[in-house]
Amino acid sequence: MQTMPWLESAAISVLVPAGSQRDPSELPGLASFTAEMVQRGCGDLNSRQFVDQLDRLGAARSASVTNSHTRFSAAVPSSRLEETLAIYRDLLRSPHLPEAQLEDSRMVAMQELLAMEDDLAQKLLRELRLRLYPDPYGRGTTGSPESVQAISHHDVATHVKDYYVPENSIISIAGKIEFEAVTSIIENLFGDWEGALQSDIYQTPPRDGHHHIQHESSQTQIGIVYPSVPYSHPDYFLARSAIGILSDGMSSRLFTEVREKRGLCYTVYAMCHTIKEEGCVLAYAGTTTDRAQETLDVMLAEIRRLGDGVFEDELKRLKARMKTGLIMQQESSSSRSISMASDWHLLGYIRTLEELSDILDKVNTESINQYLSDHPPQQFKVVTLGQRALDTSDVNGGGEV
Amino acid sequence: MKDVTFRQHTLSSGLQIVAECNPNAYSTGMAYFVKTGSRDETPDISGVSHFLEHMVFKGTPTRTAEQVNQQLDQIGSQSNAFTSEEQTVYYCAVLPEYQLEALELLSDILRPLLRQGDFDTEKHVILEEIAKYDDQPPFGAHEKALAYHFQDHPLGKSVLGTRETVSALTREQMLEYFNRRYSAGNIVLAMAGNIDFEAVVAQVESQTSHWENYNTHRDTPRANPSSGFYSIEKPSAHQQYIIQISNGPAAEDKNRYASRLLGLIFGDENNSRLFWDLIDTGKAEYAVVEPSEYQGTGIFLSYICCQPENTSEILDLYQKLARDIQEHGVTQEELELAKSKVCSHIVLRAERAASRMFSIGNNWVQRGEYTSIQQSIERFQNVTVSDIAEVLEKYPLTQCTSVAIGPTRIEHK
Repeated sequence: MQTMPWLESAAISVLVPAGSQRDPSELPGLASFTAEMVQRGCGDLNSRQFVDQLDRLGAARSASVTNSHTRFSAAVPSSRLEETLAIYRDLLRSPHLPEAQLEDSRMVAMQELLAMEDDLAQKLLRELRLRLYPDPYGRGTTGSPESVQAISHHDVATHVKDYYVPENSIISIAGKIEFEAVTSIIENLFGDWEGALQSDIYQTPPRDGHHHIQHESSQTQIGIVYPSVPYSHPDYFLARSAIGILSDGMSSRLFTEVREKRGLCYTVYAMCHTIKEEGCVLAYAGTTTDRAQETLDVMLAEIRRLGDGVFEDELKRLKARMKTGLIMQQESSSSRSISMASDWHLLGYIRTLEELSDILDKVNTESINQYLSDHPPQQFKVVTLGQRALDTSDVNGGGEV
Repeated sequence: MKDVTFRQHTLSSGLQIVAECNPNAYSTGMAYFVKTGSRDETPDISGVSHFLEHMVFKGTPTRTAEQVNQQLDQIGSQSNAFTSEEQTVYYCAVLPEYQLEALELLSDILRPLLRQGDFDTEKHVILEEIAKYDDQPPFGAHEKALAYHFQDHPLGKSVLGTRETVSALTREQMLEYFNRRYSAGNIVLAMAGNIDFEAVVAQVESQTSHWENYNTHRDTPRANPSSGFYSIEKPSAHQQYIIQISNGPAAEDKNRYASRLLGLIFGDENNSRLFWDLIDTGKAEYAVVEPSEYQGTGIFLSYICCQPENTSEILDLYQKLARDIQEHGVTQEELELAKSKVCSHIVLRAERAASRMFSIGNNWVQRGEYTSIQQSIERFQNVTVSDIAEVLEKYPLTQCTSVAIGPTRIEHK
């Protein structure tokens, strides 16, 4: 919880541990299907009244399924926080799961699957993710046409019972709120909520090697991943700063070398991707077929060049950008509530903006360069999508991963 | 929202500055709105406004492209630009202590050098951007629908241009276009957040006093839109994407508050007539309707994604829903819900200085007016069921141009 008395709004993020990592192996996509079903009426409200009531409260809302959780978020004028929380209490604790709407929900899930086939960047990322992390952490959320067809009402009801539980659930609230008042509201709504997570996770290793997806598109999509550290690791901000110098801002190395100097693409970036257990670096570019090989080669050269270290002026620019980002987070209760929930999941506590600012101040080029020299970027896996596969024989100095 | 004041000033060059100053804000948002876009282009230079937007970041007589990028990052700015049919906007959000430095940089790059080498390299980036949208739903159908709807009207032109027009563009054509459109009097500097207004005015005055001011007339005829159904084959697509455009209120029409609410009631993404019939039932992946306003004319634009084999059924269902709202109007209850949603979202959005800045700038550029948050809310609250009926009568949702793009051609009457 964080009070931001200068705002008019309050934002909540409610996370339950029904992420795709908990989907039964024979029913991928069950968490997404379930998230669709729980929004079709709860407590005293039917499907339509539920939506109408949130609109009446003026809630700007969203629901999404990630690998670790199902998340429901809403921002409202702060006077309506209590009523909004009460609706989400019902959604978690007494969803109707109307059997008559099961087939409609199935259609919704199928539509989502089909639409993803046309979203080439998503298609590429889904394939990359399987190479990032061991299963079930590398899993996507949408499932397959077969699994979506196979999901029954019983499966959905069981999923709610097993995973819409207080264990590992997170409620994060930021905005114009009073700590004690909100604590008592939450105590009142959720104090007697019971239940425990119903399964253990069995890991199998991530997919190996490079991969090409054949597709008759104008552009070739290029994705590169390699191992790094998770958010909770003491070196995380060193790794993150190095990737910031590689990719944050218009003066970053990838933007300069790939786009500005060579005009190879419109979109190019790299980012630190993290789950609780592991972290990695993910880089992406989209470029027309004939220029794809050069784009891949320049991207890899820039990523490898990080191993030689970064410069003072680059870090100074990055810190200015990051500091602005931290301060601007105070303009948005939604983004603050989302990052608090994420901290709680990944770290088990919340880093305040002051703490983050201190960590940032302590990062310097010596520590980044020491980290990069100890952990030079390597063990790349490359996934491409487009008309022609690229030459990846030299990606890892000739050897396969 | 106490302590918030609106300030406005016109410089000797004709450049206008508008600002909503809030001393309590954590940041400062600023943007140059240049009143130029694809509607101001001739066919031989189609795409030049957008290409020029990229070139503006490529340096000036005193800065290289690299220096521009480095300085934008050095001040920690979140900056970018976009081009539409009638505006090219360069924006920047910074912490208040960097506002004058950010402004100095933005003002400088607005008189770009347009180096030939940068022009040639950046052309590749634009062609990549065109290729990117070729691969991305709705695969160019949006621009095709606008072209069919507007026919010879200037708003029927593509913002990006085509591979052919962009490839053929020369630096001289771009320079000629720049000299014709980037007049000081055709530019508005909009700001919101924590602002030292006096210092801003003094600095921009001294830095831009040499900007010339000349006539940049734009014709703003009312459109004489067509209607019809067009099907386009895109073999690699999995889903069918349908764009439908009907006539709507213009930027200067009083009806526009009612039309926004009508758009929400008919086609909001998660609670509307289209939502309950098409999305909640899983018949379509999404179905939304939004009004877009331009100078002199406007449109309602609907965007639907569904399975290819259901296209005809979806089109019929859309027409049925459109006919129903056309004949019977909306209910008081629907109207009140739409109002509470829109008014709450105005307040929530305004918490970010940068998003408030876009509202202020857009409002000034389109109408030469400032509307406080409270006034906006009041105008929405004042809309009645009969105001909505009036919009429907003037701008029937049933008469539209429809373009469907997907794996196979669709026959539809």
